[in-house]
Amino acid sequence: MERIPILKMGRALLITIQVDMHDQMAIALEEDLTTRIAQTGAKGVLIDISSLEIVDSFIGRMLDNIAAVSRVLDAETVVVGMRPAVAITLVELGLTLQGVKTALNVERGFELISRRLAEIETVVVEIGAEDERSGD
Amino acid sequence: MNAPVTDTMPIQSSDDIVRVRQEVRRRAAAAGLGIVDQTKFVTAASEIARNTLDYGGGGIVRLEAVQDGARKGLRLIFEDHGPGIASIDLALTDGYTTGGGLGLGLSGSRRLCNEFAIESKPGEGTRVTIARWK
Repeated sequence: MERIPILKMGRALLITIQVDMHDQMAIALEEDLTTRIAQTGAKGVLIDISSLEIVDSFIGRMLDNIAAVSRVLDAETVVVGMRPAVAITLVELGLTLQGVKTALNVERGFELISRRLAEIETVVVEIGAEDERSGD
Repeated sequence: MNAPVTDTMPIQSSDDIVRVRQEVRRRAAAAGLGIVDQTKFVTAASEIARNTLDYGGGGIVRLEAVQDGARKGLRLIFEDHGPGIASIDLALTDGYTTGGGLGLGLSGSRRLCNEFAIESKPGEGTRVTIARWK
């Protein structure tokens, strides 16, 4: 079966959905992605849907599921590149993807994830400094 | 008014749903629908086709190019011989589902179409007709 590639970029994973996904592909993607998050310790997942001509409730639910599972594995999901006509349709359909962060394009999505990484590192540095002081 | 040109496509697998989406897109564009209307109608077709497959146990869709004076449009008739819908009112309620989905398929699709009709008899099957006009 055709599978959707998952690329590692720094501490994030990038998925570009370029084909009209049928159901088994969507399910395989969820499984592959969670495995990769666990293997790589990625803190962010970018899903580029700029090639998708429609997002129906099945794909919407898949995006929601991916975001929820990634969150449990300590990674943040950002869906990027949604076409304007798709956004209009989703809202009218009643699907607002509340559990999913979105950004206009891949670049802005990376900024969101980098900011989160910077926050995590700041906290780690602060805890490290605390440990040093208490060690004196 | 000329007799509508009708073609039939099967809906027996999730690959068929992809093919129906592509064909609906092509014909919606040919009918002159704009990109937003095309997207809405293809999304509605995808939702209904999935219902035909998941709840109806598979079926067919008939595609009709329709014309009313200067107005052009596309009508789709989805038919299955599944268990039917016990309560259409309930099935059209946002958030109602018997299949573990989001419960937006029927109610949401209705908002995406200009015409929307369901006929169903428990035990005999379901017919959903949707249309979008330019």
